Formats: sequence, structure tokens, C-alpha cells
Amino acid sequence: MPNTTLPRIPDAEVLLDALVEALRADAGPGMALVGIHTGGVWLAERLHAALGLSIPLGSIDVSFYRDDYTSRGLHRGTRTSSIPFEVDGAHIVIVDDVLYTGRTVRAAMNELFDYGRPGRIDLAVLADRGGRELPIFARYCAHVLTRPLPATKELVLMRTGKDAQSSLSLTLKEKCDA
Amino acid sequence: MRNLQLNSHGELQHLLTIEGLPRTMLTAILDNAAPFTEVAEREVKKLPLLRGKSVFNLFFENSTRTRTTFEIAAKRLSADVINLNINTSSASKGETLLDTIDNLAAMQADMFVVRHQSSGAPFLIAEHLAATGLDHIHVVNAGDGSHAHPTQALLDMYTIRHYKRDFTQLTVAVIGDILHSRVARSQIHALTTLGVPEVRVIAPKTLLPASVERLGVRVFHDMHEGLRGVDVVMMLRLQNERMNGALLPSPQEFFKSYGLTPEKLAQAKPDAIVMHPGPMNRGVEIDSAVADGTHSVILPQVTFGIAVRMAVMSMLAGA
Repeated sequence: MPNTTLPRIPDAEVLLDALVEALRADAGPGMALVGIHTGGVWLAERLHAALGLSIPLGSIDVSFYRDDYTSRGLHRGTRTSSIPFEVDGAHIVIVDDVLYTGRTVRAAMNELFDYGRPGRIDLAVLADRGGRELPIFARYCAHVLTRPLPATKELVLMRTGKDAQSSLSLTLKEKCDA
Repeated sequence: MRNLQLNSHGELQHLLTIEGLPRTMLTAILDNAAPFTEVAEREVKKLPLLRGKSVFNLFFENSTRTRTTFEIAAKRLSADVINLNINTSSASKGETLLDTIDNLAAMQADMFVVRHQSSGAPFLIAEHLAATGLDHIHVVNAGDGSHAHPTQALLDMYTIRHYKRDFTQLTVAVIGDILHSRVARSQIHALTTLGVPEVRVIAPKTLLPASVERLGVRVFHDMHEGLRGVDVVMMLRLQNERMNGALLPSPQEFFKSYGLTPEKLAQAKPDAIVMHPGPMNRGVEIDSAVADGTHSVILPQVTFGIAVRMAVMSMLAGA
């Protein structure tokens, strides 16, 4: 059975607590969080509240910066990016749910540079599923999957309710657009 | 005949006219336009979506405003933009339209934005591209004759949705020279497709096309009557060249009967919005007090127009 070879998927709430602790050492008045739509924004909302950060939370949708636009077209339902703080010189932590190829993070960094010149950019993720295609590393990472997931699988973050404090969970799905 | 505007996957291949596009496609364009509005507020007002693409603005008829908004939209998408005012170049030397297209295609064009005085010219170009196997080149109609001006209608729909949210509860009046207006035709198709329950046209008999009712509109000849209770007032530009013909007595006379004044606008709902595609003839179709007044959303229309054109070009280039 192929399923038995898949790694165990940990509890997202436990990972979130670990991520808060990892970030807390460096959190301060100069740290700005930017969540990547959609899962990354949910996470960033929780982290922002737990760490009591003062710089307002940012969010970006990287659809306009994806490197597969010419083959896949414009992604329907692209959301408006919002960076409500001065990017020049800022210490920005990009927040995403799952780190995979690194292409989303590259797109997010390209987008951030269109707002200004950040002083430093770090990356915080709940889980690293392996399969990197770019030299990108998450400084804050709550969990590394014991084995890389096959490309046919998708690890997605789900949220039970609509408000920012609803509980989060990680689920393994078949990739629908592979 | 297959709808030239959609490819075999149902994606937008060309934007030639609103007529025949399904509601889902119009809604998709409006939805896609929303995130582009934010780009104008960034330090770097540029997205990489059309990087390396060549967009040719082919204006066989002059229109500085429309050409400029397409140029800004394409440049904000990182495209290379080439502006050609054809009435001052090849066409005056006797080159045919399709020869011009073949030559530009040989220069590796990716998109043509076409303004032409003849109705159907962008269709002819799109058919020619299909027939010669140049399916990777996309055509946007930027106004053809008295036929269609789809991006203007789409930016108008975006503006209406921005202020009024729901199309299915609205009464909308389109006012002025309906007969010669490609904008009016595209607006009426867009409004009815998006489910506006009551679309009115208000115009003198001489400026209405025959059997205009078949487009699904109610016809009024009196401004006070036609404006009663409307949510959205869409003014049209009265083209100077029409004023000298037999259709109209004089600009002053037109203003008296059909010019939008605060007094006539008082018939509309208190929160009605007033739109105009520009450029305005103050004192002919619209009074300055209305154009600059609190109901006017004429300048937001211009801003939204860039986002809508960016969305259309991105959808075409990604199809």
C-alpha cells in the first residue's frame, strides 16, 4: 500500500506553538510579518497576535509574480496584496504554511522588492515537505517531514472557522492540477 | 460559427465585443481586475506578467485618451508597447489593413490593441490571424466604428460594482447619442448580461437606432421621466461632428433637453452615481455642477479603467 510509505502529518496547532517560540527570540518592535495567501495569512494572523507585534500585518498574493504564468494563465480569485508598513529597511518575516519548491517564496520576495528595499527577509513555515528547486531556506521551521512527499501529493493547511483564532490543521491531499 | 473570442478551453482569446460573452466571463474579468487596482499605490508600479511581450497599439482613428490608458496598462504589466498612428503612416501610402497586420506579425507581435473607424475591423484581424495560423497573437478591440468598445463597458461595470455591489437590484439609464455610440451598445450588452433588471435609454428619436428595444431596454425621450428613481446615470459623449448634421438643432438646444443638470439629476435616487466615458463636453451633455459634483464618479472610472485593461491583457496573454 503506497499510503504506508507516507510520512506522519503532525498537528498544526502543536507546530504553531513551536513556531511562536522559535520566532519569540527574535521578535521585537522591528519585526514585520507578511503572510502569503491563503494559509500563510491565517498563520501570520495567529503569530502576529501571539507575539504581540506592533507593525501591522501584511499579506501578499503572489499570483502576479508566479513563474508558471505563461503556461497556466492568470490565477482566478487573486487577492489584493496589502503591505501597510514602510518596506525600506524593514525586517520582514515571510510566513507560509508549507515550504516546497521555493518558487512561491521567490515570487513573494520579488513582490516585496516592488514596495521598497527591505533590510532583511526571513522565512517562517509550519512544515517543510522537501523537494526544493531553488536555494531557499526557512530560518523558522516548526517541522521537517521525515521523507519528502511525492509530487502527486499536496500538503494543505485548513481552517475550521472564519475568524483569525479558529483552529488550524494540516491535511494530505491528491494534487488536483498536477 | 465558433466564438472567435474564446479558445477551445473557454479562455479569453480575443476581446472584440461584449455581445456573446457569458456572464461568467464578464464576472471573471471584473474579479481579476480588483487586485490590479492596488498596483498603482506601490513604489514600483509594475508587474512582470507581460515581460518580454510586444503590444502594438494600432490606432487607425485618433484617440489619445484610450491609447494612453492601454499604454499605461501594458507598461505596468512590463510589456514593450509600440504605438502606431496608422492614419498618418502606411494606410495613407495605400497598404491594406491585413498587409499591415502581416507585417507587424512578422515583427513578432504578441498583442494588437485596435481602434478603427470601421465596425468589424478587429473581427477581420482576428479571423485573419486564425486563418493564417497566428493563434498566439491576441486582439483587443479599443473601439470600432459605431459597433463596440468592450473595455470601456467593462470599466463601467467595474465602477458600478464598486459603488453598488449587486447588479440585480439596479435601474440604470444610458443617456445621449445612442445611435452613433459604440460605448452605449457595449454598455447595454454588459448590463443585461450581468443581470441588471432595468436598463433605460434616454435620447431624442433622431439619436436612437431602429428597434433599440430589442436590446432589452426601455426607451424614454424625456429626461425627467427617464431619470426617475435610477441608481446609475451613464452619460454619453455627444460627438462634435454629429452636431452639425440634420439630427440635432444645436448644442444649446440639446443641453436644454438632454444635458444632465443638478435639477434633472434630482429625479434619480439620492445616492445615484453619474458616469461619463470622457472626454466631456461641458455644457452640452453634462453641466459642470454635475460633472464636478458629489454624485460624479467620472475620475474613478479612469483609474479603474487601467486595472480593467491590465486584467484583460493578462487574461489574453495567459490564454
